[in-house]
Amino acid sequence: MAETTHGIGGLTFDPRKREMPAEIGVALALVLIVAVFEALGWLLMNDSFLFNTRDNVDGLFNVARLKIIILQVSIIGIIAIGVTQVIITGGIDLSSGSVVGATAMIAMSFAQAGEIYGNPNDRAVFFEQGLVDLPIIVPLIVGLACGVVAGGINGLLVGYTRIPPFIATLGMMVTARGVAKWWTKGQPVSFPTDSYAAIGAGMMPVVIFGLIAILFGLALKFTVYGKHTYAIGSSEDAARMSGIKVARHKVLVYTIAGLLAAVAAIVLSSKNLTAQAGMGIMYELDAIAMAVIGGVSLTGGRGSITGTVLGAMIFGVIISGFTFLKLDAYYQEMVKGAIIVGAVVLDQWRQRRKASKVEK
Amino acid sequence: MTDIVLKTEGLTKHYGGVHALDDADFEIRQGEHVAIMGDNGAGKSTFVRQITAVEQRTQGKIWFDGDYVEFDGPLEAREAGIETVFQTLALADDLNVPDNLFLGRELVKLKLGPFSILDYKAMRESTLSGLEKTGVKIPNIGNAIRNMSGGQRQCVAIARTATFHSKLTIMDEPTAALGVQETAQVENIIRTLKEQNESLILISHNMRQVMDLMDRIVVFRRGRIVANLRKEDTHGEDVVAYITGAKTQDDYAGAA
Ligand SMILES: Nc1ncnc2c1ncn2[C@@H]1O[C@H](COP(=O)(O)OP(=O)(O)OP(=O)(O)O)[C@@H](O)[C@H]1O
Ligand SMILES: [Mg+2]
Repeated sequence: MAETTHGIGGLTFDPRKREMPAEIGVALALVLIVAVFEALGWLLMNDSFLFNTRDNVDGLFNVARLKIIILQVSIIGIIAIGVTQVIITGGIDLSSGSVVGATAMIAMSFAQAGEIYGNPNDRAVFFEQGLVDLPIIVPLIVGLACGVVAGGINGLLVGYTRIPPFIATLGMMVTARGVAKWWTKGQPVSFPTDSYAAIGAGMMPVVIFGLIAILFGLALKFTVYGKHTYAIGSSEDAARMSGIKVARHKVLVYTIAGLLAAVAAIVLSSKNLTAQAGMGIMYELDAIAMAVIGGVSLTGGRGSITGTVLGAMIFGVIISGFTFLKLDAYYQEMVKGAIIVGAVVLDQWRQRRKASKVEK
Repeated sequence: MTDIVLKTEGLTKHYGGVHALDDADFEIRQGEHVAIMGDNGAGKSTFVRQITAVEQRTQGKIWFDGDYVEFDGPLEAREAGIETVFQTLALADDLNVPDNLFLGRELVKLKLGPFSILDYKAMRESTLSGLEKTGVKIPNIGNAIRNMSGGQRQCVAIARTATFHSKLTIMDEPTAALGVQETAQVENIIRTLKEQNESLILISHNMRQVMDLMDRIVVFRRGRIVANLRKEDTHGEDVVAYITGAKTQDDYAGAA
């Protein structure tokens, strides 16, 4: 056998030779953006963005602002966790926003209080059937089932037909919005039971977002599910030739995405104490944007939950920063758009740079 | 008792109007090393894809290890004992070396269905010993293989077969992108398989390699098997004549 001078076959496992994870770049971007708002704050508003400047409040940081930053992105963040996994398989899910709408309407109508201020709530959706004051488990199961069905149909279409994910989930986007409007003929559904209202109260959305992020962060890193998700996005043929049941796996991933959209719907309708047919419009795009800003590659195979959470934070910081600087919401959207395009360009540039390194 | 490891009868694959593989009768014995040769597009890789159930055949029968088999998919073929280095390598660019080696049959610490917990440490250790056999130089097996050279990637694919015990190894042009030293390493792996009495199908355009290492040569031409030659009874020019169609064996006269 030919001898090599580098130990076993020249193999090394040198942790210092590891590539820099993309998340570090995203984290740096987050710090940079916060720093920019901090500087602009002192320049333009004579106030701090991040730090506490009030005498009547204790603490180093402006905790109220930090809470708002994370609270306002946590519900879409829940959706983004699911969307991240879909994008890693090389797919896309445009239906999440509509699934939020449909799920919120349906779940909320099974969570109606029987009485309002002592009067019977005769506007409850299933008042005549007596379906009021149901135990909390009923709207939860009904709601989550909506997400599973919508996501499952997406997955079956993507996995077992040649319909591209863009089209399949676009169909679901339109259909689910139709369901949301049809459910009560456009009437909003309000007055949930106390237990339902508790789900999204206060900082609960942040807690739920955090738990879901940790759960799926671990699943992607440490389980066979995660490995196959990356493998499919990286090379579907290789995954298939290695024996991975690609179609079945896609059904699972899209179902999880639908399920998480349903969780977001329940939290959102609970937080707002009402569900409306128009709920969640454009959420899918914000969720995709969070993932992309967080370094999830639209070509599949690369990205992480950590990245998406950081992407969500960048989102939150930008919205809060604009409010802090008292800039119009119009600018917010324009800048958001530019950042999304910028993130995709950055991803492609990163890939090209890597490719050119290999050719050398 | 038969010592035939793999046998195909009338194996056929049509892609629409393209007859990529027609009526292939093939067999390989325990410990035998058989080369498949033929021009580009002759149907060699197609033959491999049918045996390994990457594709479902149009027609024909397959016996493996004494049993008639209809593998449902590539994983079943692997589990039955067929290890394959595909011409396309079948590697996932964004995964690292151990992930690729164990893709589709990951080692797990805790079984929880699709959410089974991966045993990274065990996979890394087996990877190191698997790669040892190929002698490939890889800066860090923990990096995604996207940035690796063609030869390194090929070695990863070969290490994948070397890591697992199998009854039949199939290599589809395994040394196509390799340098002199790496080619020698792969040829050593093949010799080791021979010593261990494991069967091998080698697809190669390299006449020297085939003549040095193989017991028998099967020639494909335009989707058909046109010759079945024992190494002792033939020589390079003879094989080339069959590949190009200048000659056809009596047994296969109808096939030309
Ligand atoms: N999926 C497919 N659809 C249509 N035609 C195909 C497909 N796969 C292979 N073919 C055709 O089948 C024929 C045999 O291809 P195959 O890949 O088996 O050749 P090969 O002998 O492996 O050639 P090479 O030496 O170039 O690898 C070719 O004409 C090819 O174009
Ligand atoms: Mg081929």
